[in-house]
Amino acid sequence: MAESVSKEELVESIYQEVAKAQGKKQLKAGDLTKLMIKKYGDAVSKNDVKYAIKDLIDSGRCVYTYFGGSFVELPHEEGAAKHI
Amino acid sequence: MSDTPMLDQLETGPWPSFVKDLKRTAAKKPQVKDLLGQLERSYEEKITHWKHGGIVGVLGYGSGIIGRYSDLPDDFPGLEHFHTMRINQPSGWFYTTAALRMLCDIWDQYGSGVMNMHGSTGDIIFLGTTTDNLEPCFQALAQKGFDIGGSGSAMRSPSCCCGPSRCEWSCYDTMEACYDITQEFQFELHRPGFPYKFKFKFSGCPNDCVAAVARADCSVIGVWKDDIRIDAAAVKAYAGGELKPKGGGAHVDKLDIQKDVVDLCPTQCMSWDGNALKINNRECNHCMHCINLMPQALRPGTEKGATILLGSHAPILEGAQMSWVIVPFMEMEKPFDGLKELGANIMEWWTENGKNRERVGELILRLGMREFCLAVGLDPVPQSIKTPRCNPFFFWHPEDFEAEAEGKTYIKL
Repeated sequence: MAESVSKEELVESIYQEVAKAQGKKQLKAGDLTKLMIKKYGDAVSKNDVKYAIKDLIDSGRCVYTYFGGSFVELPHEEGAAKHI
Repeated sequence: MSDTPMLDQLETGPWPSFVKDLKRTAAKKPQVKDLLGQLERSYEEKITHWKHGGIVGVLGYGSGIIGRYSDLPDDFPGLEHFHTMRINQPSGWFYTTAALRMLCDIWDQYGSGVMNMHGSTGDIIFLGTTTDNLEPCFQALAQKGFDIGGSGSAMRSPSCCCGPSRCEWSCYDTMEACYDITQEFQFELHRPGFPYKFKFKFSGCPNDCVAAVARADCSVIGVWKDDIRIDAAAVKAYAGGELKPKGGGAHVDKLDIQKDVVDLCPTQCMSWDGNALKINNRECNHCMHCINLMPQALRPGTEKGATILLGSHAPILEGAQMSWVIVPFMEMEKPFDGLKELGANIMEWWTENGKNRERVGELILRLGMREFCLAVGLDPVPQSIKTPRCNPFFFWHPEDFEAEAEGKTYIKL
């Protein structure tokens, strides 16, 4: 049985993946789930990742974006909103 | 000369014009004047000046707000931000007039006042607000019991026909099912985690008034298992012209039962000897043609439930698809546990295997119905067969050999 991962560690790990990919690749929630399961194996479940992403979004550290599909990204300035 | 000569032409026809409505709203909302100006420009240049997408939303949600911006913000400053909000509609689109006034008041306060009742997915569509107004508008709606709906790679707001509230043919309580599924999948509705969109639609009978078979990834269509109920005296009354077909809404005043009903039955499961109508119910495919024509003589059976179909969508990666039967009959009683479990399994398999922007129906085309059935734990059923086999080859899994060794037979003679 794999050792469980704390929620704080999982949230931080997801945040690091999003930060690493920022500007290079847009990650969907499903991509992050696969990355976390690859990293921690049985120690995390899909549900753990789902709620860890929720924590990241609710805290404002990450945001959902839509560019032909929905992604999890770091908050950034909206290109089309520069005038306001 | 008018600023919008091409739009003005749209007011000249015999039908109500959205241009007239927008002009009336523009008198008190300057951004709507810009909206008319940009539309006129688009008609002149034959190109859209809208951009959509981006990062706008309300705190905690990733759905329900569609960022919209003009690419001519200097010419039309009122459209610099002109975001759309999707508001989850009540089941069956029933409102009190007080609720409608409340929605209009909120949108007058926080947005352009332009709205669409309803969008094609079924939501109330609020068109045109700024980023700063999104959160207060959302809060105002939430305090009145309304929530925003789905958008992006998430579950979309489920929709349903009015069901048994107004329709005697409804085979289950569509509004209850729609509300229950909406509550069950709140996380999936508000927090996009799918490869692309996923829609549930609920129709009470095979007339499919919400067009679930063509538009929903998961179509839940009411159906009956037993025999069509026949009132023989009423059939004779239709034949004799005392009763009008379709309650008077048909192309003829008097029904020719042989020509208009029996000959048009798609499975030819009916016969009429001039005196009695007989139905071979085993061959009936529940198309509703005969019931629609003679509603006072024929009614759906009493053993009611729903057929679950999967996979319809408009052209995206593949061409348009209609939904595919995966469960021929499911009982539809509250709390709808069977549907919830099946829905969750489908979403999990699709999220695991789907590519970006691939709908669940397209994934089934790519990986095969066999893989799908194995993954979600459904037994294959004859109703799922689209076309007869055209080759003699059969792929055996190792577990098939093991099952055969233990006595399972695959061909029933």
